[in-house]
Amino acid sequence: MPEALNLADDRRADRRREALELLEALERRSPFPGAARIGLTGAPGAGKSTLLDALVRELRPKGETVAIVAVDPSSRTTGGALLGDRIRVRSGASDPGVFIRSMAARDQLGGLAESAWSAVIILAAAFDRVFVETVGVGQSESDVAALVDTLIYVATPETGDALQFMKAGILEYPDVFVVNKADLGAGATRTAGELRRSISLGSRGDSRAEAAVILTSARDGEGIGELISAIDAHRRRLIDDDALPERRLRGREIQLLGALERRYGGFGIEQLGGRRALRERVREHDSISAFALLARLGVEIEEALRKGH
Amino acid sequence: MATPENARRDRPWVFRTYSGHSSARASNALYQTNLSKGQTGLSVAFDLPTQTGYDSDHPLARGEVGKVGVPISHLDDMLALFDKLPLEKMNTSMTINANAAWLLALYVATAERTGAKPKKLKGTTQNDIVKEYLSRGTYIFPPAPSLKLISDIVSYTVDEIPMWNPTNICSYHLQEAGATPVQEIAYALATAISVLDSVRDREDVPENAIPRIVGRISFFLNSGIRFVEEVCKVRAMAEIWDEITLERYAVQDANMRRFRYGVQVNSLGLTEAQPENNAIRIVLETLGVTLSKRARCRALQLPAWNEALGLPRPWDQQWSLRIQQILAFESDLLEYDDLFDGSRVVEDKTRDLKQAARRELDVVLEMGGAVAAIESAYMKQRLVESQTARSRAIENADITVVGVNAYTNAEPSPLLDGGQSTLKVDESAEREQIERLVEFRSKRNRADVESALKNLEDVLRNGGNVMPASIRAARAGATTGEWADVLRGLYGEYRAPTGVVATEGSGGSQATANTRDRVHRLADTLGRPLKILVGKPGLDGHSNGAEQIAVKARDVGMEVVYDGIRLAPSEIAASARDEGVHLVGLSILSGSHCVLVIDVLDMLRDLGLGDLPVVVGGIIPEEDADKLRKAGVRRVYTPKDFDLTRIMSDIVGVVEESSPGT
Repeated sequence: MPEALNLADDRRADRRREALELLEALERRSPFPGAARIGLTGAPGAGKSTLLDALVRELRPKGETVAIVAVDPSSRTTGGALLGDRIRVRSGASDPGVFIRSMAARDQLGGLAESAWSAVIILAAAFDRVFVETVGVGQSESDVAALVDTLIYVATPETGDALQFMKAGILEYPDVFVVNKADLGAGATRTAGELRRSISLGSRGDSRAEAAVILTSARDGEGIGELISAIDAHRRRLIDDDALPERRLRGREIQLLGALERRYGGFGIEQLGGRRALRERVREHDSISAFALLARLGVEIEEALRKGH
Repeated sequence: MATPENARRDRPWVFRTYSGHSSARASNALYQTNLSKGQTGLSVAFDLPTQTGYDSDHPLARGEVGKVGVPISHLDDMLALFDKLPLEKMNTSMTINANAAWLLALYVATAERTGAKPKKLKGTTQNDIVKEYLSRGTYIFPPAPSLKLISDIVSYTVDEIPMWNPTNICSYHLQEAGATPVQEIAYALATAISVLDSVRDREDVPENAIPRIVGRISFFLNSGIRFVEEVCKVRAMAEIWDEITLERYAVQDANMRRFRYGVQVNSLGLTEAQPENNAIRIVLETLGVTLSKRARCRALQLPAWNEALGLPRPWDQQWSLRIQQILAFESDLLEYDDLFDGSRVVEDKTRDLKQAARRELDVVLEMGGAVAAIESAYMKQRLVESQTARSRAIENADITVVGVNAYTNAEPSPLLDGGQSTLKVDESAEREQIERLVEFRSKRNRADVESALKNLEDVLRNGGNVMPASIRAARAGATTGEWADVLRGLYGEYRAPTGVVATEGSGGSQATANTRDRVHRLADTLGRPLKILVGKPGLDGHSNGAEQIAVKARDVGMEVVYDGIRLAPSEIAASARDEGVHLVGLSILSGSHCVLVIDVLDMLRDLGLGDLPVVVGGIIPEEDADKLRKAGVRRVYTPKDFDLTRIMSDIVGVVEESSPGT
């Protein structure tokens, strides 16, 4: 597993080809719906790691295996990154049923490394649940949303009123809201109330089922069972409504376009007729592996660029 | 010599030496010798398993037993530690925090067994958890229950052991963690306020006990080389304490508002290069806390000149004791009233420090106090920032450190006699301690122990005071690990935020930029950015070094995985594999480097990562460094490697050597 992740992160041409082949094979072999892919985002200090720790402690005794992709920001000036500083799942060190990989967001727009996408595919092949944890700073919710089936937003008590949530644009993507640190009392209940109110105001502007708002206390393990039920219910609903394939396809579109844009720039995208045209091609080819398609489109762009010169 | 006119001398402070090692018996012998040399108080150093609530035979204790202090697993160990030392006459300071209640319970049980009355015991339990989260790292439980335990001890001792200092609020470790004088004052006072607030809010503490309780709160300070500023710092702290205790706790008796404090002068500022200079540093640092009569320390312990090299020998500690004796008995210091009252310079500086510290204190109080500022990592981040600024200043020679970044050309020191200038802990100490523990367990009455532990659990579950139940468990023969396990079961274990993630990045100097270029070029060869793991194996919680390395590695463009303290070698090896790192850097300051590093190497080999380069940093004598290099460690860094950029450049070199194609 770790070697596969190293390979998927490797930028050298020969290794990259190898990685794409591996990813393609994994994608082709993976059953539907496969592992549950769950995003976890929220401001620094909101208690994401503690919550993850509590989730793992709840899931492991039931026999479910868990992988965690933890993404931290990279420094814009130096390119370096400090990873970790999360509460490493205590039971995880000697437990092969728990796997944690930290990643730097690198300097890509939107904040999520392409490696996170590959990592989700690789880990989904081996674990029952794959969590992607990122620091939420407004922009990155949409990126995480594109990687996962269910997105959880962890709010801190007393972080704001309905208006603040709307302004921050965080209401749009999450499927489940968690107000952690419920042990702090009134503030948490008030925040949960504000969130429920904001959601029911319809500010999400779509027809999706209303997102759940759950109070948890990671410290006491309170509300964790309820959170897992909410995650599972959300995914169940996607599957029953036949909406999961569409969600994954949309995610694939975003990832593919993002990957091509990072590699070849806007000019490269234009070589194939621009974003809209490319998106259509991604949709047309929804039966072939995203990674095979990525390789194919890459070759086409390179050829077009060569001819142009 | 005292002249007849000035014959009236003040009583000196209590002379202590922080000591303890190997076993209770060996430490007892050391204490007897120290007292015979004129030391006037004891300062017990416990080993890390004891401080973190593990018995000597626990897997996490491996390699740590008897290293940085004495192992105390049960009542017989405590009895051996104080054998032939009349407890009613002793003034004993115990550096114990997360499980202070337990060690105090053992001390009380020892007193009972030896016929001393608990009401007559004099001494101090350090018992300050906040700085453990920030710097020292021997916490066990989360902040809220930890604070509850502290307030239990405070409210118990005020009547039952009235001459005891139940908590010694520490600014010492804040300075070691990088605190500026202002931060030192503000964060220590914030901690004191959080303790006193929680005691005041207890139902079992009558209002009229508050002045007495305030009067028992003492502090433990650091004193650095900028000794004029230290004089002002201490005066500022004493004045603010007087104000707070009057305003916030309405203590009318000025005696109860006195700022009482003990000191250990700065240890981490001592240098490995030209170590004889440390003796002079220690003298100057001592002046900072003794010169001003109005703000003079109550007890003083001095480090030894060779602490940056390894464990000091009895002779080294004796030399430090003599510094105190010469200052107190030979010089005329104790014949005069305060030397600084009316000094414009000192008074101005003191006022400035007071104002700035008050502001920072308000920031923390506004956040909800010291505990809230721990949980949000605010204080930790501020300290890491200050420390980072300090190491950059030393690296750029903006701060002069003689023998380190200036005047480095020196004669060989005759005090360094091959590898024999520090103490070697007998390797059989751990085995013998475990044998005694196993024997002790087999002899005690199992049913008594179980019922005492059950009682402890019931009392705590119902919110009762930890002390009486712990004393009962101590008498019954419970062990350090058993006591802590009951509390771990109730409160859970805590991992404190490391504070490194949010620190501001820095482009840095030209040397930093050059190293960063190499790191970026190396990424092309490696196929992905250079990723390293910074690990702290074992129980040692001094994380400042590891944090500085992690921050610097980030600043030269590396991706750095750092998960904080107290990791088992198996956890570090597994993490290195899962994270796909190119190099592992280990930091250990507890002297257990040989066992722990070799364990990590073995486990990496078991995982098929035998080629993964490992480097080590810590207080590591040359002899051990040799041993580690022979075992496969690629580089060993010690305190003389103060230039972090150079270490980074060196580490890049190690990875280059190890990667084919570079």
